Amino acid sequence: MKLPIYMDYQATTPVDPRVLEVMIPWFTEKFGNPASRSHPFGWEAENAVEHARVQVATMIGADPREIVFTSGATESNNIAILGIARFHKARGNHIITTVIEHKAVLDACRHLESEGFEVTYLPVGQNGRLDLQLLADTINDRTILVSVMAANNEIGVIQPLEGIGAICRKRGVHFHCDAAQGAGKLAMDVNALNVDLVSISGHKIYGPKGIGALYVRRRPRVRLQAVMFGGGHERGMRSGTLPTPLIVGLGEASALCTREMVAENARILALRQRMEQGIMQQLTHVSINGDTLHRLAGNLNISFAYVEGESMMMAIKDIAVSSGSACTSASLEPSYVLRALGVNEELAHTSIRFGLGRFTTEAEVDYAVRIVVDAVNRLREMSPLWEMVQEGVDLNAVRWAEH
Amino acid sequence: MIYLDHNATTSVRPAVLAAMMPCMEEQMGNPASVHSFGRAARQGLDYARRQVADFFAVHESLVCFTSGATEANNLAIFGCAGMRNQPGHVITSAIEHPSVLEAFRSLEQQGHEVSFLDVDAAGRVHPETLRKILKKETFFVSIMHANNETGVIQPIAELGRICREHGALFHTDAVQSMGRIPWDHATFPVDMVSISAHKMGGPKGVGALIMERSLPLKPMLVGGGQERGRRAGTQNLPGIVGLGAVTQWIADHQMEEIKAMKRLRDHMEDELSATVPGLVIFSKNAARIPNTSLLGIEGVHGETLVMNGIARPCGHGGCGRVGNECRANQHGVEYPIVGAGTIYSTIHTHCGRVASSVALAKNIIFLNLKY
Amino acid sequence: MAYNEKVLEHYEKPRNVGSMDKNDVHVGTGMVGAPACGDVMKLQIRVNDAGVIDDAKFKTFGCGSAIASSSLVTEWIKGKTIDQALSIKNKDIAEELALPPVKIHCSVLAEDAIRSAVEDYRKKQKGGADANGN
Repeated sequence: MKLPIYMDYQATTPVDPRVLEVMIPWFTEKFGNPASRSHPFGWEAENAVEHARVQVATMIGADPREIVFTSGATESNNIAILGIARFHKARGNHIITTVIEHKAVLDACRHLESEGFEVTYLPVGQNGRLDLQLLADTINDRTILVSVMAANNEIGVIQPLEGIGAICRKRGVHFHCDAAQGAGKLAMDVNALNVDLVSISGHKIYGPKGIGALYVRRRPRVRLQAVMFGGGHERGMRSGTLPTPLIVGLGEASALCTREMVAENARILALRQRMEQGIMQQLTHVSINGDTLHRLAGNLNISFAYVEGESMMMAIKDIAVSSGSACTSASLEPSYVLRALGVNEELAHTSIRFGLGRFTTEAEVDYAVRIVVDAVNRLREMSPLWEMVQEGVDLNAVRWAEH
Repeated sequence: MIYLDHNATTSVRPAVLAAMMPCMEEQMGNPASVHSFGRAARQGLDYARRQVADFFAVHESLVCFTSGATEANNLAIFGCAGMRNQPGHVITSAIEHPSVLEAFRSLEQQGHEVSFLDVDAAGRVHPETLRKILKKETFFVSIMHANNETGVIQPIAELGRICREHGALFHTDAVQSMGRIPWDHATFPVDMVSISAHKMGGPKGVGALIMERSLPLKPMLVGGGQERGRRAGTQNLPGIVGLGAVTQWIADHQMEEIKAMKRLRDHMEDELSATVPGLVIFSKNAARIPNTSLLGIEGVHGETLVMNGIARPCGHGGCGRVGNECRANQHGVEYPIVGAGTIYSTIHTHCGRVASSVALAKNIIFLNLKY
Repeated sequence: MAYNEKVLEHYEKPRNVGSMDKNDVHVGTGMVGAPACGDVMKLQIRVNDAGVIDDAKFKTFGCGSAIASSSLVTEWIKGKTIDQALSIKNKDIAEELALPPVKIHCSVLAEDAIRSAVEDYRKKQKGGADANGN
């Protein structure tokens, strides 16, 4: 077993070697610009791009003409949200999203607030899921867009997309779904879900970084205003030279997901359950954040009470994970996602996200469980909070000198 | 098939691909992650940023990586416009890349006054033309360093100086000049530069906007705070490492490259001029980047020539989907332009290949002349 | 999380982890920080009759820098008089561990912990003196 072990598949995934293999020739010998219409170098690149477009479309049950290539999910989310809002502002100025969206969605919405739009950030339940009735009640006649993620990056909780889609379709509101974490991992069919726009990221599905896609529905036609201007590539929705190798990589990564999703999810879910059980059997005062049923197979988000997340990460440094602790974020605030679930700040500081994926092995899981249990025990021995709890002190009754 | 369209895109240099490969294999972390994979990625990102910053002799914090030059150009233009509360006057030239022209048109729709400067017969923006059109409200000027079709070099030192005297920000799209004209930071009073990796032997899907000093540009993409808040989104690490590596390569090799490209290009032009009657080499006497040759012959349409395989058409309908941005008359010539041959690097285009392309070109031109 | 070696060293091999009897009149206990902020430091000192700190123990809930700061402080204050211990400033701790700006609060917390422990010790001494009727 090779150390360190990568268990942060929701942050980014390695490029699948099968994907990399098909990408390489497009860097060197087949290097044409897909926009070069006048010679074979351009034609072969264009053909490759179109083939990839079919592969991406197939993954989500879309028509290839509905796929726009972008530089990643952040750009897809920006184009979808800013683009829909700005194009349809005559019709209404109200946008609905949730408090646990990715920053790319939240910041795009905030940006729109400065342009005069009104945004409702819906809360989620303790399990991290959106209440459909609440959504239905929030839509009004000025609402032009609902943006809800497929699955959350921190807690892996999957949203009731079909229900959201049905409500939006009935009310005539655009539905955008940030599927950076969901596409390729969940069976998604844009027509069954009634979704109008879907953001996809290459590097979250074993494809390359620097590439993503935006699904934009053709029937009924969804119109939006471009964010970037130039040569009018991608039906005017996204200008810029198409990066053939990256697009080919995204296409191949999508095809692999489509083909292997069912078996892969079953395998990864078994690993996650093994990990969860291994930890829960050996440690007390441990809680899982987010819904355990409606959840990405590879996501395990656990709070280890009385053990601060960053020191935990240092203690298990041979296992690459992420934490909801303030100490690991630029903002110095504990995870806003966990806070939205009603997880108290203290427990948010103690959360660790284990992200399992395609290349995680059983041996790695077993090793990780052993290391984690040892680290928690060691750090609890060092924790004044753990000591107090053992002495029977109610931590909530203590008056802390907050700073 | 001989590829003489290196201004459209070019292949990734082997050394650059070699630098990128580890980031697509074991060093696959997200630079935003705090664990060892993330830190390794961050180091790669920082190293590449330093390579680019050193090339332009600026502080690392002034390099903003983007998805390419289209985005870099858009970021410069909209970013600067977004720094203001009210509309003003902006200037560009009529021969810019569509990513500049279209962004300016969008500014026009937003209420800014836009001036598109014409070029002279040699394809140059005359500094006096710029000086005359500048006014109190002018806050931003964007003129490309070298044109992608003609290869003509714009006098950015003078243009930049005029802007600086006037207090307007000056941006240049240096996509076609990187590696073809040595960047001279001492005499280029430029506030912002756009570059693209894939035009100089790096990968597609990555570029950068380099600032001469810190500017509070309004970002186009938000959410995540990467690139000091100027450009959100997980960084395309292999691409960025590739951009860093190719920039370094250019810093180390550009002088010999420039000489070699010029020799090949001049050889091709001499051979063709000697044998093809009525051949016009556009801007032959103007300062041109050393790899570009824009040719025209009366009575021969560009498409035919190109479809037979030597170079890129430039002229009516010849510019792909872009539209009519590079109509021949905008370059100041009345001939239909038949080919924009571009030559790239001793490594990729050795003499034999150019010689055969010249032979091929002659054959095709003669063939066409029969009709 | 690219830590300085000294932080890592203290984190890997923390000195003086543990607890002393908080009811002992010679022991002063300081508890600073809050769980909600992500760091709580407990520092205990035992002061001998000469007014010298002859033992120190800590327990810390917090990041690596917080653990390293508390470990370092226990090392520094051992063998020092109370006044010497009080003269340790957060700047000294931050410099020794080369803490980055975002981690300066850990050194502030450690300085506070010393004060808090000394205060508790002095309160006990005062209380103890009163109880003894001296």
